[in-house]
Amino acid sequence: MSEGQSLKRTPLYDRHREAGAKIVDFAGWEMPVQYTGVIEEHRAVRTAAGLFDVSHMGEVRVRGAGAEAFLQRLTPNDVSKLVPGRAHYSGLLTDRATYVDDILIYRLAADDFLVVVNASNAERDFEWIAARAVADGEDVEVIDESDRYALLALQGPKALEILAPLASLDVSGLKYYGFAEGSVAGAPALISRTGYTGEDGFELYLAPEDAPEIWRRLVEAGAVPAGLGARDTLRLEAAMALYGHEIDDTTTPFEAGLSWVVKLDKGEFLGRDALAAQKAAGIPRKLVGFEVQGRGIARQGHPVVSEGGIVGAVTSGTWSPTFEKALGLAYVPPEMAAPGTPLAIEVRGKALPAVVVETPFYKRSR
Amino acid sequence: MYPRDYLYSREHEWLRIEDDLCVLGITEFAQQELGEVVFVELPEIGQVFDTNDELGTIESVKAVAEVFTPVAGEVVEINDAVVDDPELLNEDPHGDGWLIKIRFSSADDLKSMMKAEEYEEFVQSGEA
Repeated sequence: MSEGQSLKRTPLYDRHREAGAKIVDFAGWEMPVQYTGVIEEHRAVRTAAGLFDVSHMGEVRVRGAGAEAFLQRLTPNDVSKLVPGRAHYSGLLTDRATYVDDILIYRLAADDFLVVVNASNAERDFEWIAARAVADGEDVEVIDESDRYALLALQGPKALEILAPLASLDVSGLKYYGFAEGSVAGAPALISRTGYTGEDGFELYLAPEDAPEIWRRLVEAGAVPAGLGARDTLRLEAAMALYGHEIDDTTTPFEAGLSWVVKLDKGEFLGRDALAAQKAAGIPRKLVGFEVQGRGIARQGHPVVSEGGIVGAVTSGTWSPTFEKALGLAYVPPEMAAPGTPLAIEVRGKALPAVVVETPFYKRSR
Repeated sequence: MYPRDYLYSREHEWLRIEDDLCVLGITEFAQQELGEVVFVELPEIGQVFDTNDELGTIESVKAVAEVFTPVAGEVVEINDAVVDDPELLNEDPHGDGWLIKIRFSSADDLKSMMKAEEYEEFVQSGEA
């Protein structure tokens, strides 16, 4: 964000102000970080339903007869397995197999895809995709559609019962990572059974002008407005990666524990050679979950130390509202990655004891 | 909002003078900025600090804040209740959420601090 450049606002900005949200600058957007409090909003999502404005996310439309082949060469997951009405998690990788961004790809139709990207990378991602389409995409059209969509995330065990009466289609029939086009309270919507909290839930892609009314209706039906603060503690308990933390242009999917998005046998794709080489050679570091055993919170950037030397670093750390203790994710050498391994994390000059634990920290009961 | 008989620092600590002691805490503004406090780390009784030394840390879900002492002196009491129940800092930062009592060595340290009206202007000015 350069000086003097004005911050962007989502169509729900006035709703957030009315609700008393604390607004912060996030990736160039004025976004609600909390309404009543991070812990309360977090617990609302775990026990009932929370409603997030994530309209700052970017959307890139990729379509044309060559779209599937293009995305297949551009991303590590297998786009040929993706049927219309399904989405999958993937990434944009450099030729070193490090992350440009992590993405969702929705297959709208045989020749039509919607790529959803992080707000912080949206412009760069669009240019990344568009440039490669020009270079090697035959019959592919790449369009930045970020301004066409507002995006609401309704998340939590009560998400289904809140959404069902308002939806034009049977949303209970949507599978995880399935989606359908229909309407919510009369407004056209792409309804997707996805989320970033570890709970059941839906993401609603709406026309910007419809979003404030749909927000109001969902809140009226019992959804609790939740901010970026709770979104971060929720995704961390679910051990979901966040760009700029667990993944960035220095980390690969293998290091980040995301090997399931990498389909080495699907054919050539950007970053494949580097991934194949890393698979053969072994990863130099591994992302692990940890629990702090002392008093304090290990946060992003705090070094993991062993016998006086720095051997790793925390990528995200927080107080967990669900477990009422401090936990986080860190890169460590592979030999220190087994659950039960004691870690020392240097926090303001003192070694804070922690232990490697299985992830996700939180897994909902089904 | 801000008690008239307290003094305030630009780092958002408050002091209340009790004889030759100061009670020290963080302000309503500071607790609002931090959000829900989950850890409070305070010094030991008997520790001696210079003016503007860091004497402890307060961690919320989102952030960590250092607490500085605007006055030099010796710590004579710490608020165990706020260590055990950090929410007190959010609920009553100017009262039950106090942090430490310090026996100050020089009243000169107090001269640079703000009175309530000045502090209110300071936080409302957007410079805080």
